[in-house]
Amino acid sequence: MDFTFTDDERAFQDAISRFLMTEAAPEALREIWETDAGRSPDLRNKMAEQGLTALSIPEEAGGLGMGDVVWSLMTQELGYYGIPDSLADTAYVSAGLIAALPETVADRNGWLEQIAEGSIRIAVGHPVNPLVADAHLADFTLLNHEGEIHAVPRSLIDVEHNASIDSSRRLCRVMWEPSNSTRVADAETGAPIWEEALNRGALSVAGQLLGLAQRMLDLSVDYVAQRKQFGKPIGSFQAVKHHLADVASKIEFAKPVLYRAAYSLQHGQADAALHISQAHVACAEAAHLAARHGIQVHGAMGYTWEVDLQMFMKRTWALESSWGDRAFHKARISAAIFADDAPLGPGQTFGRS
Amino acid sequence: MDLNYTPRQQAFRQEVRAWLKDNLPAQKLASYDTCEGFEQHREWERKLFDARLSMVMWPEELGGRGCDLTEWLIFEEEYYGADAPMRVNQNGQLLLGPTLMEFGTEEQKKRFLPRMAASDDMWAQAWSEPNAGSDMAAISSKAIRDGDHYVINGQKTWSTRAIYADWAFGLFRSDADSKRHHGLSFLMVPLDAEGVTIRPIKALNGKDAFAEIFFDNVRVPVENRIGEEGSGWHVAMATAGFERGLLLRSPARFQQPVRKLVELYKANQAAADRDPSIRDAVMDVWAGAESYALSAYQSVGRLARGEKIGAESSINKIIWSELDLKIHETAMRILGARGELLSSAPQNQDDHGWLEGFLFAQAGPIYAGANEIQRNIIAERMLGLPKA
Ligand SMILES: Cc1cc2nc3c(=O)[nH]c(=O)nc-3n(C[C@H](O)[C@H](O)[C@H](O)COP(=O)(O)OP(=O)(O)OC[C@H]3O[C@@H](n4cnc5c(N)ncnc54)[C@H](O)[C@@H]3O)c2cc1C
Repeated sequence: MDFTFTDDERAFQDAISRFLMTEAAPEALREIWETDAGRSPDLRNKMAEQGLTALSIPEEAGGLGMGDVVWSLMTQELGYYGIPDSLADTAYVSAGLIAALPETVADRNGWLEQIAEGSIRIAVGHPVNPLVADAHLADFTLLNHEGEIHAVPRSLIDVEHNASIDSSRRLCRVMWEPSNSTRVADAETGAPIWEEALNRGALSVAGQLLGLAQRMLDLSVDYVAQRKQFGKPIGSFQAVKHHLADVASKIEFAKPVLYRAAYSLQHGQADAALHISQAHVACAEAAHLAARHGIQVHGAMGYTWEVDLQMFMKRTWALESSWGDRAFHKARISAAIFADDAPLGPGQTFGRS
Repeated sequence: MDLNYTPRQQAFRQEVRAWLKDNLPAQKLASYDTCEGFEQHREWERKLFDARLSMVMWPEELGGRGCDLTEWLIFEEEYYGADAPMRVNQNGQLLLGPTLMEFGTEEQKKRFLPRMAASDDMWAQAWSEPNAGSDMAAISSKAIRDGDHYVINGQKTWSTRAIYADWAFGLFRSDADSKRHHGLSFLMVPLDAEGVTIRPIKALNGKDAFAEIFFDNVRVPVENRIGEEGSGWHVAMATAGFERGLLLRSPARFQQPVRKLVELYKANQAAADRDPSIRDAVMDVWAGAESYALSAYQSVGRLARGEKIGAESSINKIIWSELDLKIHETAMRILGARGELLSSAPQNQDDHGWLEGFLFAQAGPIYAGANEIQRNIIAERMLGLPKA
């Protein structure tokens, strides 16, 4: 029993954090938003150089062969720096989905190699999400037709753009025709793969939400230490302190929930779906509270377009219903814990004993 | 990261489970807030000690088993999972015990720890005073040096189960002119010493759950001091850390009532579902207890790697106390109009003791440092916000 990360894993996280701090500053992100595509090939190339896109690609396909546990650290960094959807959707969710495809799928290994190199963008159209993020510029989109998995190249889909409150989001309604040439798995093969993709997508969002929560807390702490009223920093007032202490508590107690969920998915544990929904809910609650208390302690400044807090609040409001909204995840938790064989009580935390 | 128990840990779990099955008292013990119940619990503690299960993480020479913290968590899971009796000597075993291990002399450890493990000595805490609650640095009880003794005068209050206990430990002002955190010493006082008067205070549950302690020229030998004279604050802060942190409230203590709450909800589902928020509250406390358990395992892992747990223990305190409150509030909502009935009432259907738990849960956000104070600590020490 060892519920900690290795020094190497932490060092990797630190390296990615330092890299994103310089390469993905809020000003840079705001510039990227203004573009039609909403994405920066330059930033993507640099992230690939850092090894981020190769993280969970198997070693034989040129990747680093790591799993969900390490991704649970990386997705927090992606959230903290407000990195748009396609990176995690490609390098994490799609990478997992493609790796789970049968070896007989001709392009499988090629795709994995391309993901590792950072030379491809893949979008995922899981039915749990009404729209597909980044389908407009993905080289291909993984789509569901009656349970089958289809890999549909950009040239074969029409997209309708749907603007989001989160300026970094590029949501598309996707119009396409399933065909034999796009199908990469039948419905029977596809069912567990879609299920796993859903879990991985939810976990990815949970990690990003937790990173967002930490970012909003950090911005708020900085702000209240420097803003003065009544002749003192507002951070010395107890009401303000307690708002932020509550956010810190939520974050601190969501972390191990996220990590355990990642471990469960990586190791194919029976309660993985329950653990992931628990993580999605816990991280969404932390981020939601960080946004609410964050804007409160910023005063009117928090209500402006100019102050960066808005970027992270809006991304929170967008992501908290993504890859399963709260009702979806609560329903999964409810089904699991009120079941006759529910894993309840002391000693069940890491599997039924 | 490896979230599997080792074969040794699994074997330990089985051993504890089997022992409890064979040895649990046939009858539920009386409340440890009564004289009779207190002595019943002391008996039980001796039985645990004889099986070297009272303090599993203490070294063998002190009556323990030298278990690591993971094994301690396993012990706790089995213990609470079996509905074993409440631990009556926790204030000694879990708070003073670790303090003595860190700050005590070899002699003090030998003198006090084995007897504590066996509950031959039962301990009460004596920090609070009428004018020193949250503001513990306002302590005014004095312990003035007279040769190789201290002479104690003053009053302590809210001391849990002090009327039944054998000893008390706490902070006293050993430098009469000192202010605030300075000049305090950490002393252990036998409660049968001359000049000690203990007056029970009836608690919310109508029982003599805590007490005032009056000191009138009570002489205590200097070897009953822990740490240097005047450095008591520093020692006490370590004790406070143990109290807020993991030890005092292991996750199993909340996972077990959550399991029962789910059962209670299912048994009364039709009535409970008239208020749809009840089901959500049950789910919420399930998640709370699980995340508390996960956080505990994470802390244990971090401690094993040599990391320190600092102001985070204040978060722990808030989480467990508010969780406990919500668990019991939810149970009371499910029990509805019968919830108010005492266990003696013929129409009482609460065989778990939710009402008693609900009453005690009211105190959680107050004792061990009120939650407002914990939030201040988190904001100032973890987040670095300026002092008021
Ligand atoms: C069941 C129970 C068992 C106890 N057992 C023991 C024991 O064994 N030994 C012992 O020594 N003591 C014990 N206590 C006492 C306990 O430690 C104190 O109650 C606690 O420290 C709070 O002090 P107080 O009651 O004087 O409340 P006060 O300090 O008067 O606080 C009252 C309210 O004011 C708030 N407040 C005070 N100061 C601040 C501030 N700076 N900022 C914001 N809010 C503030 C508090 O948070 C609280 O909500 C026990 C208490 C209970 C309820």
